[in-house]
Amino acid sequence: MRRLLLESIGKKPVTLEGPVASDRATQELAKTLDDLSRRVLGRSLAIREVDAGSCNGCELEIHALNNPVYDLERFGMKFVASPRHADVLLVTGPLTKNMKIALERTWRATPDPKWVVALGDCACTGGLFAGSYACVGAVKDAIPVDLTIAGCPPRPLEILKGLIALMEAATRKPVTKGAEPPPSPLDR
Amino acid sequence: MIARRTLDATAWTACAEVLGRGKGELMALFADQNRVHMIVRDPREQSLEHLCFECEGGRFPSVGRYHAPAIRLERAIRDLFGLEVDGLPDSRPWLDHHAWEVSAPLSGEQRAPVSCPDYAFLPVEGEGLHQISVGPVHAGIIEPGHFRFTANGETVVRLEQRLGYVHKGIEHLMQGTTLERASQLAGRVSGDSTVAYQFAYARAAEMALGISAPARALYLRALMAELERIANHLGDFGAICNDASFVLIQAHATMLREEVLQAADNCFGHRLMRDCIVPGGVASDLTKESIQTVRALLDNIVPRFRQLFAIYDSTASLLERMLTTGIVSNELVTRFAAGGHVGRASGRNFDARRDLAYAPYDKLSFEVPLLRAGDVDARLRIRISEIEASFSLIRQILDSLPSGKIKNDLPAAKESEGFAFIESFRGDVLVWLRIDGDGKVARCHPRDPSWFQWPLLEAAVEGNIVADFPLCNKSFNCSYSGHDL
Ligand code: SF4
Repeated sequence: MRRLLLESIGKKPVTLEGPVASDRATQELAKTLDDLSRRVLGRSLAIREVDAGSCNGCELEIHALNNPVYDLERFGMKFVASPRHADVLLVTGPLTKNMKIALERTWRATPDPKWVVALGDCACTGGLFAGSYACVGAVKDAIPVDLTIAGCPPRPLEILKGLIALMEAATRKPVTKGAEPPPSPLDR
Repeated sequence: MIARRTLDATAWTACAEVLGRGKGELMALFADQNRVHMIVRDPREQSLEHLCFECEGGRFPSVGRYHAPAIRLERAIRDLFGLEVDGLPDSRPWLDHHAWEVSAPLSGEQRAPVSCPDYAFLPVEGEGLHQISVGPVHAGIIEPGHFRFTANGETVVRLEQRLGYVHKGIEHLMQGTTLERASQLAGRVSGDSTVAYQFAYARAAEMALGISAPARALYLRALMAELERIANHLGDFGAICNDASFVLIQAHATMLREEVLQAADNCFGHRLMRDCIVPGGVASDLTKESIQTVRALLDNIVPRFRQLFAIYDSTASLLERMLTTGIVSNELVTRFAAGGHVGRASGRNFDARRDLAYAPYDKLSFEVPLLRAGDVDARLRIRISEIEASFSLIRQILDSLPSGKIKNDLPAAKESEGFAFIESFRGDVLVWLRIDGDGKVARCHPRDPSWFQWPLLEAAVEGNIVADFPLCNKSFNCSYSGHDL
């Protein structure tokens, strides 16, 4: 093991250079996020993944975001274990009816401000499963969605670009000059 | 085609009793309209038999009454087809959570939903017991399901699973659709086994249509199947170690997995190689450069993989977590005909590639690893040996790749049936297919290996501490989506 660790120190990192935010995602977010819903999160987003009926393909590529090539955490984003810790719900699958209540409860358990990303063709539109007796279809038919990332499954790089766009949109300071800082939780 | 017999109620029940006495293995049990099918295997003769029962008055005698592995399958048939199962020991619904606007969606009739009382978990009574309920939304990035643990202190005395949360109605969507669309649906039954499912679907369709794929396509299919196996086993190797907080192996294993997926993307245009296998052959050819890509991939990852396993094998604190954790007995894997690493780690010597030899594996040589310890460590070691076997298989495939075309045209369809077993990384996947006179899918049943592995996870965790459940679970890595359909 020592050898592997020592070798690793000498090697160049395998991590990809950080991609720029996807244009499409930035435009889509500009439509849904007004300045009021933005707040300074210190460039940090906590993501809770919810499988709402996926075939598991989308999860495999979400997992890839944590590998050393994509290394999501360097952008200040990380996956958390509970919706109560989350800023973002990352939802996959054609929302099966058997998961609808669980998804709605998860959404309600997530504190405001929160964002929802529908990941994969299934979550965006229902995909191949649209119209099934067992599926609601698009996630937006059950809870409000801020960003869609299409693909079956989307490549990790596409997911990363979408999430970076969300990070920029969600954590940008209010654009008007001299605006008040966001209220601290203690003032509420 | 295998021998097929239609049985009356007495013979059907007699057959269930034989299964119950351990004289045969249940490989599949599914319904088609008013008929119930059962595929059984005789492990001594290495033969398969296809048995049918024509339901009268919408009922059939339970197999699960004598042979427990059939119980969940029969509960699912009841939910989806509305057939009554006489003598079924557990009549709670399974896939139907009473959230659909119909009941018995595959019965061919419009049936209104029935309301149902809350799902009753099995009672557990005793001093000092407490329950922990987990899911369907779990803490990690995994699929949804519900686990009800009953623990005494730290020790699990019973785990009861409740599944069905990701039921998408795949079998219903397949009915009446084109062969092509059903192939896409088959590739989305369980995302990690997309190659295996489309491989099985294509072979089932080819059997029904009476054709076969060109030799080159057969080899390319096997290449994809082995790449898929390596990628999944690598992912699980890392994830199991990660669940024991050994992050170093996880980091390197995910890196190796990433390189396999990038090579797959390079060669076939999709990281998971989805929609690359189609009835009649494969969708795209492998170029000379791509062959070099795969060779370079092997040269690159094989030594690193071996180094990683050497670390696993020499780290006592890690092994201590794995050894004797989550033991499954040989008696259970045999009774449940559990495939894949779950069966082979507990001494069930079966691999569809060898024992139901399908092309091109009949022309390739490979070892099927077998262990008896049945614990997390054994399941992990089976995966390691299988990765090694896949490395060798890929080299053989590249060395003997036939030239020629990659797809045969499909003939005009006639009413017909076909089925195929394909060894996925998880175990044997079955696809059974019936085509109607217009060339549409009349009925398709994809059966995931997880059906016969999930119940064993309940057994594996018994007597272990709650904190070892993630290890047990990851060492199985059953599919939720493949099971829930
Ligand atoms: S979008 Fe594709 S990969 Fe993702 S859940 Fe749907 S079918 Fe699976």
